[in-house]
Amino acid sequence: MIGNLPYFAVAALVIFGLFGAIFGRNLVKIAVAVSLVEAATNLFIIALGYRNGGSIPVFTQAGGYADYMVLPTPQALTLTAIVIGMATTALLLSLIMLLYRHYGTLDVREIRRLRG
Amino acid sequence: MTIWREHLPALLLALPLLGAFAAPVAGHFGSRARNVWFVSITALTALVAWGLWQQVSASGIVVYVMGAEHSRLTLPSGMALPVRILLEVDAMSALMAFMGAIAALAGALFSVRSMERFSGLDQFVALYLLLTAGMLGMEITGDLFNFFVFLEIASVASCGLVAFWRDRPEAVEASFKYMLLSTVGALMVLVAVAFFYGRYNTVAMAGVASHLQLGLAEKAALVFLVSALAMKCGTVPMHMWTPDAYAEAPAGVTCLLVAVSQAALYGLFRVCFTLYGASLGSSAVAWALIIMGLLSMFIGVTMAVIQKDVKRLMAYHSVSQVGYMLLGMGVALLVLSDPQKMAAYGAMALQGAVYHLFNYTMYKGLLFLVAGALAYAAGSRNLNDLGGLGRRMPQTAALFVIAAAAIAGLPPFNGFVSKLMIYESSFAVHPLLPVVAMVTSMLTLASFVKVFQTAFLGPEKAALREVQEVPGFMRGGMALLAVVVLVLSLFPTWSVGSFVEPAARALMDRAAYVGAVLGGGL
Amino acid sequence: MRPLSVIVRTVCNAFAWFVAVFGVYVIVHGHLSPGGGFQGGAVVATFMALLLVSHGATKCLGWVRTNFFYAFEHVGLLTFIAAGFLGIGVTFFYNSLALSGGLFGSAVPLGPNGGSLNTSGTIALMNCAVGIEVVGGLSMILLYMVQGVFHIDKPTLRGKEEAGHDR
Repeated sequence: MIGNLPYFAVAALVIFGLFGAIFGRNLVKIAVAVSLVEAATNLFIIALGYRNGGSIPVFTQAGGYADYMVLPTPQALTLTAIVIGMATTALLLSLIMLLYRHYGTLDVREIRRLRG
Repeated sequence: MTIWREHLPALLLALPLLGAFAAPVAGHFGSRARNVWFVSITALTALVAWGLWQQVSASGIVVYVMGAEHSRLTLPSGMALPVRILLEVDAMSALMAFMGAIAALAGALFSVRSMERFSGLDQFVALYLLLTAGMLGMEITGDLFNFFVFLEIASVASCGLVAFWRDRPEAVEASFKYMLLSTVGALMVLVAVAFFYGRYNTVAMAGVASHLQLGLAEKAALVFLVSALAMKCGTVPMHMWTPDAYAEAPAGVTCLLVAVSQAALYGLFRVCFTLYGASLGSSAVAWALIIMGLLSMFIGVTMAVIQKDVKRLMAYHSVSQVGYMLLGMGVALLVLSDPQKMAAYGAMALQGAVYHLFNYTMYKGLLFLVAGALAYAAGSRNLNDLGGLGRRMPQTAALFVIAAAAIAGLPPFNGFVSKLMIYESSFAVHPLLPVVAMVTSMLTLASFVKVFQTAFLGPEKAALREVQEVPGFMRGGMALLAVVVLVLSLFPTWSVGSFVEPAARALMDRAAYVGAVLGGGL
Repeated sequence: MRPLSVIVRTVCNAFAWFVAVFGVYVIVHGHLSPGGGFQGGAVVATFMALLLVSHGATKCLGWVRTNFFYAFEHVGLLTFIAAGFLGIGVTFFYNSLALSGGLFGSAVPLGPNGGSLNTSGTIALMNCAVGIEVVGGLSMILLYMVQGVFHIDKPTLRGKEEAGHDR
């Protein structure tokens, strides 16, 4: 049961993040909530690669150093996901700055010129 | 040339990427150098896509492994599952890539002239080519995580392009909404890919497809994938971003955005038919797709009839046309495990959906380019400000008539053939389905008659006395799409036989897709 | 708003250079220890962030022009795609430099060892390229955001108004 703790953390983070993104009223809070969901997804992928008792996946033909390694592929996938998350966060924050300049407010209920 | 034939799939991705990275360098030498670079890269990409389509239709599925000792070595030294990133191009992928490359070329030809007045064009060209690379990557990849990466590349690039006119507050608002939805959707796709990795220790599509057994994790992954990809196409419960983003983007970009959302629809085809296929179990997903298709058709067209902004009207029509494809796909998915019904009407439904996808990308791109031409010439997107432009812009009016007749499904044009296939096949499932589709078609015709009459016919407005026909490059981009629409309309049997039927057969043939990769090695 | 205290500004100023060196270490050793192009590039971009914190936006924008970082970005991107094309004789992104004795071409030592820097071919080259690119990109993002927050107009844009509407 204790080995499943990362997955409970992932579920909690996803729920908090989605709640903030759907019901948030401040634009910056929405961006932070999306960032939270990204963090949860990255944690999920990394936690999937862990093997109990595995060593770090850096040596070639390590012999008696360890029986098996932790899987390296999810680490590469998570790195790519983190980079993508950084790009989307940067774009979201820049758009929020532009929206503040145009509308004068960060309240999501006021930014509704496109309707119907 | 024969040396490059082996590397065509990699070239299809490398060319737009190289173009995007070198666009600011080309822009350093002046705007003419940048325009030449822009058009030549998109034209070369279209040529490579055509070459790839010919190679696939001649010799079957093409597999390309990035960084291996030989381009088809998927399982090196006795491994059971592929380890490198692989591109797997079957007839459906090749058709989608060809279609996307043509849309990109048309949009590029149009943008060269229509965006002249604005600054920041180096970054515009770089983002446009990145968006093309992302779309093509989504269509030819054989690896689920690679699909996610290209999906995100396309989303970020398209959000940057939608917000290009950043001193219009509506454009920035549209881009923010689109970015938010895209990010959450793509994260759901990533969670689904993580589910697959956790269960099968591979992210290659062929690997997952060959080992797939329907359990709780796979069902959850299916729900995530279907909802996220349907959101990217503009399906009804999640369509709110489509009218905003399509209307506020520059016209050449909207032409490409249409092709990008079709790449997401291609992803949906891949997930439902190749990844899951006959092991889908119950018909819940098929009926969900059919119902989403019906809702999209109806809500899209009813919201479109009342619009005053030309591009927003056309964007709502986008939502409704995607409904047709989802209807055809749902019908085919419903009878996928029953070979008799599949031969009777299921295969026709799938062909109708794929043919409608091809037609839609072409005529919808043309419609958006015409709307951009109207905005360029007359200075406004609002139908209340336009009037009597048919006399001053006859060629644009003729191109609009071709596109509007195609979308409304009038008989000589290609929209009619694909819609007929969808009507006939959905009638065999339930008689109500083609009724909704036909009502949508009539309302589509009504709204485009309204647009034509308001914008092109009627008395000339005083403010529009100085309007001239749009420049040659813009007409060239529109003419390219119109020529493809006409070819598809005048030769329907040839088009269906050589483009659509191999694509539909490739979608149904799950074993061939898996065997091309796992049969592996030289 | 009160300005930041002297301690914060001095420490940031001093540590910025150490952070830059550490970032370059992380980039170059990407194929041996955790790190690599993006991670090291992000660490080097904190150099720019620490300088912005310690000296203030106006002063920093007076020192660097964003064109400097554009050059970083383009050099990095073009090197990356060129490294992909290096092995095109075999496949795209083929690692033609590994185990070939030239640049980054030594053999990988087996078993637990300290790690040899001269190995892994195009992987190390692409790490450096991505590192340079990320330094340029993230520093530019920081500079543009600081300009946007404090409404500092660049002198080159004045007089060249952007027409943002359809007409």
